[in-house]
Amino acid sequence: MSSYNLLLVLLMLTAGGYFLGRRRAFAVADASGRGRHILHSRPTYYGSLAALWCALPALAVFCFWRIFESHVITHLVIGGLPPDMQNLPADRLGLVINDIRNLVFGHIVPEEISPAIQAAAAHYTRLKTISHAALAVIVTTFAIVGILWVQKIISPKLRARNHVENTVKYLLIACSTIAIFTTIGIVLSVLYEAIRFFKIVPFHEFVFGLDWSPQMAIRADQVGSSGAFGAIPVFMGTLLISAIAMCVAVPVGLMSAIYLSEYADKRFRAVAKPLLEILAGIPTVVYGFFAALVVAPLIRSAGVSFGLDVSSESALAAGLVMGIMIIPFVSSLSDDVINAVPQSLRDGALGLGSTHSETVRLVVLPAALPGIVGGVLLAVSRAIGETMIVVMAAGLAANMTVNPLKTVTTVTVQIVTLLVGDQEFDSPKTLAAFALGLMLFVITLILNVIALVVVRKYREQYE
Amino acid sequence: MNNHPDTIHTAKTPVAENKKTASVRTMDIVAKGLARRYKAEKRFRLYGLCAIFLSMVFLSILFISIIANGYTAFQQTFVQLDIYLDPDTIDAQALNDANYHAMVKNSLRAMFPEVKTRSHKRKLYGMVSTGAAYQLQDFVRKNQQLIGSVILLWVPADDDVDMLIKGHIPRNVPETERRIKDVQLSWIDRLQEQNRLKKRFNTTFFTAGDSREPELAGILGAVTGSFYTLIVTLLLSFPVGVATAVYLEEFAPKNRWTDIIEVNINNLAAVPSIVYGLLGLAVFLNFFGLPRSVPLVGGFVLTLMTLPTIIIASRAALKSVPPSIREAALGVGASKTQMVVHHVLPLALPGMLTGTIIGMAQALGETAPLLMIGMVAFIVDIPGGFTDPSTVLPVQIFLWADSPERAFLERTSAAIMVLLAFLVTMNAVAVFLRKKFERRW
Repeated sequence: MSSYNLLLVLLMLTAGGYFLGRRRAFAVADASGRGRHILHSRPTYYGSLAALWCALPALAVFCFWRIFESHVITHLVIGGLPPDMQNLPADRLGLVINDIRNLVFGHIVPEEISPAIQAAAAHYTRLKTISHAALAVIVTTFAIVGILWVQKIISPKLRARNHVENTVKYLLIACSTIAIFTTIGIVLSVLYEAIRFFKIVPFHEFVFGLDWSPQMAIRADQVGSSGAFGAIPVFMGTLLISAIAMCVAVPVGLMSAIYLSEYADKRFRAVAKPLLEILAGIPTVVYGFFAALVVAPLIRSAGVSFGLDVSSESALAAGLVMGIMIIPFVSSLSDDVINAVPQSLRDGALGLGSTHSETVRLVVLPAALPGIVGGVLLAVSRAIGETMIVVMAAGLAANMTVNPLKTVTTVTVQIVTLLVGDQEFDSPKTLAAFALGLMLFVITLILNVIALVVVRKYREQYE
Repeated sequence: MNNHPDTIHTAKTPVAENKKTASVRTMDIVAKGLARRYKAEKRFRLYGLCAIFLSMVFLSILFISIIANGYTAFQQTFVQLDIYLDPDTIDAQALNDANYHAMVKNSLRAMFPEVKTRSHKRKLYGMVSTGAAYQLQDFVRKNQQLIGSVILLWVPADDDVDMLIKGHIPRNVPETERRIKDVQLSWIDRLQEQNRLKKRFNTTFFTAGDSREPELAGILGAVTGSFYTLIVTLLLSFPVGVATAVYLEEFAPKNRWTDIIEVNINNLAAVPSIVYGLLGLAVFLNFFGLPRSVPLVGGFVLTLMTLPTIIIASRAALKSVPPSIREAALGVGASKTQMVVHHVLPLALPGMLTGTIIGMAQALGETAPLLMIGMVAFIVDIPGGFTDPSTVLPVQIFLWADSPERAFLERTSAAIMVLLAFLVTMNAVAVFLRKKFERRW
């Protein structure tokens, strides 16, 4: 039975359990001869209790089984291989298992297949069938036993509502911990691989190294593949592009926020604000395409006409477009904090005879400054973590330069290039991506925490 | 202005002399500065307007360049061929074995009998798409009674011919700088005179999967992949997000643990999306051994990514339900769960749905984390389920943007237009929901 069908059957059983539970509650109440109001809870709760007992244990078994199924089967298949194949080194054994899997799932397989592998594949298929059948039986058994058990315990005194509500509450708590598990998952997965990387390449070499060329030699005599992992040029590139982006986004975003919240009338605001937010809704891959297709050639031809040497993947193009992307981010955050400045401050300044712009510059902006700084920090963390624009418009060469017309590379570009395609998880080249990911995560986390603290402190001032 | 050195100097001295003249003088000073200050005021206003104007200019350049590059992709050039379905070569019992490529080539040779040299022949054959033979095969399978007769068939032209017809390859540059050679130009002109070349609506673009040949490439595979991925994302993130929001807003006691959860959610909202890709790669692919490139894993990763958005929006929606509703429900004897399920949730649902749609729009446009879990493969087949290898629309755009062919450029732009159309629709639905069900208490 396929997983979909099994889940469908489980769903039907759950629905059936609900109705059976309800009916049973009525039956019990009627049998007592004192009317239905003697039930502790409303009948739907008895039904829900049966449904929960039917679905939850069965689903847990299902998930557990599916997670470990392939591990166990692979292990058993290896156990069934002839001894000479079992004693192969781990990587060769992995290839053999790949062959077996390909054979089982009907993928393309190499021409000559040894009878041992053929037999193993048959073994694999057999085990898989057994496992699926067993799973189907066990899951339905659990579901039915759950229903029957609830049927048995239903009595007018059963506090069904409390049981159901408690279960629901625990389910809610379980859902809310997913956020924590996500964070733990991110930290652990990135940290684990990064530590493996730092065992090969020392930490100080990675953080302070000035040379980045992650191509490792496949053969010993290969040219130009030193495999240097100094991350400084990569971080320099990231900072350069982010700085260009902020140079575009902060003035434009801030000024539009000021105009929209202080000067614009309602009609203008109603039109301009959604238009600005369209910029925020455009997928980054579209910006990347725009940067590579329109902006980069434009900058290049403009630079050439001034006699400048502009790279076709200049940092300027990527940074400029990233700045455009961040404008609505800066403007909506600044808009919020500017609106939060109490009107009395403005009235005071205007009453003393300052013009509107003086009020904004000398009173409103200083009052809103912490919030704006927080917003800008959040924007910086976005710029640093932005991927698609730089993947499509920035280069791969790790140059140490602050010249915006040259090609630079960024952390995210390197992660994508190192990890797209086939990876082997024992080469420093692949692991380096996780080390970069760790740095990226830590840096953005620090920026976010600072930004949140700054914003929170500021809010306390006026409330 | 007040702290201008002149102002301070002249304002201080008169105080010692005469009070009356001093006040007149202060007014004079203010009046003198007024013109300058009003000018500064005007300038400041202008800066603000310029900033908004600049953003609008960026936005319009973006849209104009994409539409200008992409609208031609909705049309495709077709060539009309006369093909003799030779009963000697087509065996009605084994239709798939016939050499349809040869039939297309024969038809081209018959049209241009003067082509003799090998290199010219190759150029001639290169003018129609390799898909022509498959189209012919389909046609023959459907119309077996026509075997033995000459049929007129419109087949897609090669992408270079298509580009020339659409004017993307200029005719007036030296032959060496152009992908269409002079002989081919003369053939194309002849075909046009005979009305054998025409532009039609490009249905392939909406009904085919990816292909190495631009004229055979379509977005249906990517759109289907996006669809499956989003279904997984929606099914997981909406219930989990709403449940988390309900717990944190309605049930959670104020303690350390819930504080940690809150801080966590706020931080997750700002984690770069590519880090979620790393998580997916390390946890779902390496640890749990789930297959690469499948919508199921893509959906898992996007779920984790959109959860914070949905949770934050749902909490805001729950917060906007006034406490009086809760108190009334509790007052008539409802339990806390009953109060939430029967009264608070229905009132907060429109806000939650709006947040979810916005989160889904985000997920639809997301590319980077999906690159990490291998949804970037070249996949021709249209995925048929949650565990078929597939790609998604933004990744398809990324892949096509990398292709050197000019014809892929316009298809990339067209795919972007389709993606933006989806996003606009989703956001419009969100705005509509908000407008329709928004309640002020």
